Amino acid sequence: MSITWYLLVSAIVFCIGVAGVLTRRNPLVILLCLELMLNAANLALVAFARAHGNEEGQIFALIVMVVAACEVAVGLGLIVALYRRRLPIDVDELRELQG
Amino acid sequence: MAEVSFFVAALIALAGAGGTVLLRNPFYAVLALVCHLLGLAALLLLLRAEFVAAAQVIVYAGAVMVLYVFVVAYVGGQDRPITPSHGPGMRAIALLFASALLVEIAIAVIGSGLAVLDTDGSGWFQGFGSPERIGEFFLTKFLLAFELASLLLLVAAVGAVILARRRSGLDDPRELSVAEFMRGETGTMGTAERGTLEEAAGPPQS
Repeated sequence: MSITWYLLVSAIVFCIGVAGVLTRRNPLVILLCLELMLNAANLALVAFARAHGNEEGQIFALIVMVVAACEVAVGLGLIVALYRRRLPIDVDELRELQG
Repeated sequence: MAEVSFFVAALIALAGAGGTVLLRNPFYAVLALVCHLLGLAALLLLLRAEFVAAAQVIVYAGAVMVLYVFVVAYVGGQDRPITPSHGPGMRAIALLFASALLVEIAIAVIGSGLAVLDTDGSGWFQGFGSPERIGEFFLTKFLLAFELASLLLLVAAVGAVILARRRSGLDDPRELSVAEFMRGETGTMGTAERGTLEEAAGPPQS
């Protein structure tokens, strides 16, 4: 299969993630859609690594996975903190920065 | 054979992505994302990225998704809108934006004219993407990135613990302050620290 097909799958997954972030209101699902976008970027990086016969793109993808794990840890910590304060788990309700 | 594997894996990945966005229950959305990750790992295997595919399945589908499942079980799977929705207008604009982005990326990829994109890839050799090669890169050329990634993981883990810790005895339950945690006034583990700090500093000077 040519590399273009992989890049198209990556683009479609990325746009599905964008649509999810824009339309969903539960912060848990928004985090999941961010994961979708990061994974789409990973797929594109690995596809380009394969196209050029160079593994440095795979290293980049692994670092992106580390950053995604950090984002998940902090994001889920925020959601648990929200739940403990009995704040609504809804991004439309959480518009104010001040507590 | 490679074509069949590609289309099956791509269909699994796309169906998982669609399910993540469309399913109402966050628990099912997490399960759909696990399905998406498995399909993506198969695509990575087809791209000869063996170590990345293994890390994807073990780290993402194994560890991170378990974290998600626990948080969904703790918070509860409700997805009831509290305020009325902004109506179909906002949703239509969001979908329009996403499809415009898709068209733009497709034009950028197909119109880039890179000759290498129409091939199956070049320069494959025995051991491409194997753990030995990846480890060698991480410990020689990308050592700084490797160490920074470990530091970032440590910072994120500590930050997540501070954010999600149980606050008992707060007067105003809506107050959230990291500085207070560091001072150790209201935290559950702060009293012991304060004692040792005061002992170390001695009695007030003035």
